[in-house]
Amino acid sequence: MSCPTSPSRRDFLKKSATVSGFALGVTLMPGIHPVSAEQTATESLSPNVFVELDADGQLHVTCHRSEMGQQIRTAIAQIIADELDADWQRVTVIQANGHPKYGDQNTDGSRSVRRNLERLRTAGATAALLLREAAAQGWQVDVSECENDNHTVHHIPSGRRADYKTLVGVAATLPIPQSDAVTLKPRSKWKFIGKVMTSVDIDDVVSGNTTFGQDVQLDNMLVAVIQRPPVMFTQPVSVDDTATRKVAGVVDVITLPKATPPAAFNPLGGVAVLAKNTWAAMQGVKALNVSWSDNAHSSYSSEQFKQTLIDTARKDGEVVRKRGDALTELENADQVIEATYYAPLLSQAPMEPPAATAHVTADSAEIWACTQTPQSTRQNVAAALKMPEEQVTVHVTLLGGGFGRKSKPDFSVEAALLAKQAGQPVKVIWRREDDIQHGYFHTVSAQHLRAVQDEAGTTTAWRHNTVFPTISSTFNASANSPSNGELRLGFIDNPFDIANMQLEKGQAENHVRIGWLRSVANVYHAFAMHAFADELAHAAKQDSRDYLLSLIGKDRHIDLAAEGAEYDNYGDPIDVYPIDTARLKNVIRRVTDLADWDQRHQQKRFLGLAAHRSFLSYAAAVVEVVVEDDGSWSIPNAYMSLDAGTVVNPGHVEAQCEGGMIYGLSCAIGQITADNGQINQSNFHNYQVARINHAPQNIHVDIVESTTPPGGVGEPPTPPFAPALANALFAATGKRIRELPIPLSLS
Amino acid sequence: MKLTINGKSRQYDGDPQMPLLWYLRDELHMTGTKYGCGMSLCGACTVHIDGQPTRSCTLPMAAVSGKQVTTIEGLDANHAHPLQQAWKEHNVPQCGYCQSGQIMQAASLLAKNAAPSDEEIDSHMSGNICRCGTYPRIRSAIKSASKGEVS
Repeated sequence: MSCPTSPSRRDFLKKSATVSGFALGVTLMPGIHPVSAEQTATESLSPNVFVELDADGQLHVTCHRSEMGQQIRTAIAQIIADELDADWQRVTVIQANGHPKYGDQNTDGSRSVRRNLERLRTAGATAALLLREAAAQGWQVDVSECENDNHTVHHIPSGRRADYKTLVGVAATLPIPQSDAVTLKPRSKWKFIGKVMTSVDIDDVVSGNTTFGQDVQLDNMLVAVIQRPPVMFTQPVSVDDTATRKVAGVVDVITLPKATPPAAFNPLGGVAVLAKNTWAAMQGVKALNVSWSDNAHSSYSSEQFKQTLIDTARKDGEVVRKRGDALTELENADQVIEATYYAPLLSQAPMEPPAATAHVTADSAEIWACTQTPQSTRQNVAAALKMPEEQVTVHVTLLGGGFGRKSKPDFSVEAALLAKQAGQPVKVIWRREDDIQHGYFHTVSAQHLRAVQDEAGTTTAWRHNTVFPTISSTFNASANSPSNGELRLGFIDNPFDIANMQLEKGQAENHVRIGWLRSVANVYHAFAMHAFADELAHAAKQDSRDYLLSLIGKDRHIDLAAEGAEYDNYGDPIDVYPIDTARLKNVIRRVTDLADWDQRHQQKRFLGLAAHRSFLSYAAAVVEVVVEDDGSWSIPNAYMSLDAGTVVNPGHVEAQCEGGMIYGLSCAIGQITADNGQINQSNFHNYQVARINHAPQNIHVDIVESTTPPGGVGEPPTPPFAPALANALFAATGKRIRELPIPLSLS
Repeated sequence: MKLTINGKSRQYDGDPQMPLLWYLRDELHMTGTKYGCGMSLCGACTVHIDGQPTRSCTLPMAAVSGKQVTTIEGLDANHAHPLQQAWKEHNVPQCGYCQSGQIMQAASLLAKNAAPSDEEIDSHMSGNICRCGTYPRIRSAIKSASKGEVS
């Protein structure tokens, strides 16, 4: 699956390191910035913000999305280099700062490729056309006789060739064509798109030559560690920093402004210790003696709250989608199958805890941060500093994982406020404890499901009530009902062809900051929906795969509007990206074939299945478990079939399927709890995440070849994993798992 | 106190309780060794002390006096250790943040066990967390390197 690394490729990566903004000491000192579109040499061709060919013919591709492991820097280079028919050895990647000129830069929602493939192809094709025109002009031939070929323009009739570097000067003087005058290559001519290509950053990663947010170093910089309020929206009543100020290296102690609802992207407040190095700042924070105020959240107990959610889920909710008359069907049934599912709070816990560095002067602010969202970082920093946005520059470092946590710019605002007050650059380090206890949590949820089956085992009614504190509460403190945005994530878009269906939601208060986590509400909705579907198959005494296919029913495009459901289809048109049950069934058939599903009983293997459409892609997972006599369990094999439409780099997509499933495993075995309004977990000893010994021994990935428009990739593999695992454990033990986390020993 | 880091002699006169991690990162600006937990729970900060894999986030400077420290930057002069090559051939990294520690931990396994089994790999590597979920490729890369399959 890998591409061999050639000697010249190594040279390319060396060059890329010096311009990509990740070479320590070169680009991160104040006043010296990565090469960017604003700083193009006069002798270069740059018809748009994504493409620059310099006088040496080097192609500099600007990546405006954040790199957090999905290899978007490589994918964007592939897309642009393809239309330019570039020599891959002569391509470098520049990381864009946060700026509106790039269009949306918020790297979440699995949309970097699906929203940018065509515009980036057009960006590359525009430069390609200008190069053809320049060559045609020089040769006095018709441009239609010229083609782009491996970093040259080739005049087909005469066989003449001109290297791009010889054309840059003339091409840069030509009028930039309108995008509708630009022809994109036919798919059959793609040479990089659709190919497995090694990450442009891999040499730097394996040699430790990377700069993440935590790694930024500026001259004269202080490091800040913050003790944040243990309960949301409380504040220090008294601060005794006597011992802190005696810690060698501690320079200052600053109390941050109190946070007030809504949480939004604002810092939480607290007491910051600024020191000459990280260790001194950490020791200084430990030496603080702070007493905190109380508020209504101080009595929050997650165990009590769980019961409240479950009670609400079992009551009547507010109807959000209705087909037929499920209530009457349930009322008249001899037997109702019902179950309550529960999933706890989770922390995204990226390997790199958040970190941001700020350098603030009277009329400028510069931020270096591992942010998924440089534009909102810019806006929020500007607002906090009461400075025009134009005076704020946000440099995006590599991200040591994001998973939604780093789409909130609160940590950059902390750095900006502290740097302003300190009068010198400040790097804010979030310790792991800060990350686990003070983040924006994946919400806790309870769901109650009821169903009726006829004598043949066909499900004739489905009623599903979902209850969870909403992400909306982060932005509107009084919001206490699941938002449409969350219901659209795997709930309201239920694909089952059941005659009577009623979907409801219930209210829940929030007591912590709620935010996005990889796949967001799809995670808990897919868990309940597909574990319950397996219960129905069992009740009907039918094969789980066959029953799931029958629940989904005939091939069709689901019309949610016809059933009164508001659905935004991840922001993309439903005619381009329909809810296509044929594609969902296809990945189910493919993944079960891959897993040898039909032979599982003869082979004495215990398999579980789930399939879920999210972010416009279709993912089906089969998990195989082995349960030992002592109740411990392991996963010898996991299988996934993914239909993400057109994919740019199948190697990256395969890696996302592997990693997305393992992230799903972590979501199934981890939990965050709270007492007295404070989070109980603090680090990896009590916040369980998947380790290598928990991970599937083998992961088998099948990517559906498709010419349909690109769907999401980073998130869709995660939701089906937990239900497939729970269903496999049921197959092995006969015990239903309706509550997460799943213990590592089932005894 | 004196110590050797990647073959280079260093003099340290600061707080003897400061963990090696922060000396590497904050004072020497060798940031290939990463901070992930500060409690020896995740392995991102793994270095070798006299050849032994060690979590630098909890190792006080007082404990490394006179020792030989190897970090990811010094694992191989050309960054072409068999594991570094295997990591590239298997496209192991996603975000890359934990990979310095993963490679250093794996290198100490191969140094004492040239052909580890899956169980031995899992046992040796279970202290190193990867939130991107690169574990299957880590296993494959270690096996490739152990078999001398890397080019």
